[in-house]
Amino acid sequence: MDDFILRALAGGIAVALVAGPLGAFVVWRRMAYFGDTLAHSALLGVALGFLLGISLNLTVIALCTALAVLLVILQRQRRLASDTLLGILAHSSLSLGIVSVAFLEGVRIDLMGYLFGDILAVTRGDLVWIFVGGLAALVLLLLLWRPLLAMTVHEDLARVEGVPVMWVSLGFMVLIAVVIAVAMKVVGILLITALMIIPAATARRLAATPEQMALLAGGLGSLAVLGGVAGSLTWDTPTGPSIVVAAAALFAIIYLVPGRRFRRAG
Amino acid sequence: MPPDHDIPLVTMHKVGLVLGGRRILHDVDLGVGKGQIVTLIGPNGAGKTCLVRVLLGLIGATEGQVNRAAGLRIGYMPQRVMVDEVLPITVGRFLTLGGRASRQRQEAVLRETGVAHLMGQPVQSVSGGEMQRVLLARALLREPDLLVLDEPAQGVDVGGQAEVFRLIANIRDRYGCGVLLVSHELHLVMEAADSVVCLNQHVCCTGRPEAVSRHPEYLRLFGHPSEARGLAVYAHDHDHRHDLHGCVVSDQGQGEREKVQGDKP
Repeated sequence: MDDFILRALAGGIAVALVAGPLGAFVVWRRMAYFGDTLAHSALLGVALGFLLGISLNLTVIALCTALAVLLVILQRQRRLASDTLLGILAHSSLSLGIVSVAFLEGVRIDLMGYLFGDILAVTRGDLVWIFVGGLAALVLLLLLWRPLLAMTVHEDLARVEGVPVMWVSLGFMVLIAVVIAVAMKVVGILLITALMIIPAATARRLAATPEQMALLAGGLGSLAVLGGVAGSLTWDTPTGPSIVVAAAALFAIIYLVPGRRFRRAG
Repeated sequence: MPPDHDIPLVTMHKVGLVLGGRRILHDVDLGVGKGQIVTLIGPNGAGKTCLVRVLLGLIGATEGQVNRAAGLRIGYMPQRVMVDEVLPITVGRFLTLGGRASRQRQEAVLRETGVAHLMGQPVQSVSGGEMQRVLLARALLREPDLLVLDEPAQGVDVGGQAEVFRLIANIRDRYGCGVLLVSHELHLVMEAADSVVCLNQHVCCTGRPEAVSRHPEYLRLFGHPSEARGLAVYAHDHDHRHDLHGCVVSDQGQGEREKVQGDKP
């Protein structure tokens, strides 16, 4: 097998293993559109990185986290509904990102690569970043697991029981930002949310505990990466979208299998 | 009244709350002592839930002081907890979200609240009344100094409500914790409470249940004197009890308790 395929699989599976468990929380907390909005702003982070001449990954994380905090503050006002607000921010930050990229002089950016991913062009340096960033995200998720789960079930109850809700929420947003920065190269900013929520939603049908659902989501995401890369090589299709198609196919298969709708916890 | 009631767990002094420019509470004084059951009653929109949230520290008071005893452990039972179907979680696991506990401990508290059979069930499959008991069990698991129960008998039929209040009184006796109870169920509340606080943005009247039920402010809030007395006086002519499912349970060993409760104020 060619080196670039091995790198693609290693990077893709590493991303899926992080995106799955985090995606479970995104699904549980009904934050799919929230995550999508943050991902849309990533391009602005890329432009900012070029402008400042520093690591794109860092500017993406910083910008996504800042936008997340801004969103949480804006959601406290009652004039505009949350989904309207998310829609405004998602599309204006994406457009602002594309416009900013056009302003960058002397830099040629592969826009399609950022929007839809370019997993077959993953370099050794990218891999190092994916592993380090992904591992850091997993460790943080493990540390936040209990309090985050408690406040996902009932925030007030968790707060009374001593969960520092504000800090845990902030930690969760940083996690989403890191996963966006890590997954950008693999599926592109427009499809990152898919890699988080489709495997998690698929895993729900098979899981009886939160932990099972998170682990299964990571596994199913990895399967989607394998299937997507294989399909992409066989039929010469764009790889990022192929991975998402594979994830969606898995979802359809698992839910079409007859049986009880959700496995009852035992 | 046992002397323990004088040991304050939480006290509020002249607490006021303004939310979005609207005055929700003003000049509220409230205290719960060790082993004391205090019941908060009041019409809809009286600010009961807001007062509870201030007491728990979930929202800050606009004015006045809230003092909690140092190291106070609070067991809180919210009005309603709905867990989304998309989150697979059993009742046993749900209990431990508030703090780690061995399987034996989980089973013990569930047995205590009468829902031990739910242990391995998905949280989403339990009924409203069962969920109240699961929430109570989760609060007990923390071995609280103070139990705060917001409408603990909501969605439970009348027979079951009496059962819930009896359970709460038993828990107080066993754990010696203070209890703050928010409720609509006037006559049932009267049975269990040491002290009743009648709230309508401010404290209208407060005192022993028998006294409050005759207070003019109370009567004004809860209707005509005759009607209100019919509700408030606890005349228990039940000669049997019901369990969670409404089945009649034998009442042996309860004679003395019933006699005490039967004494009309």
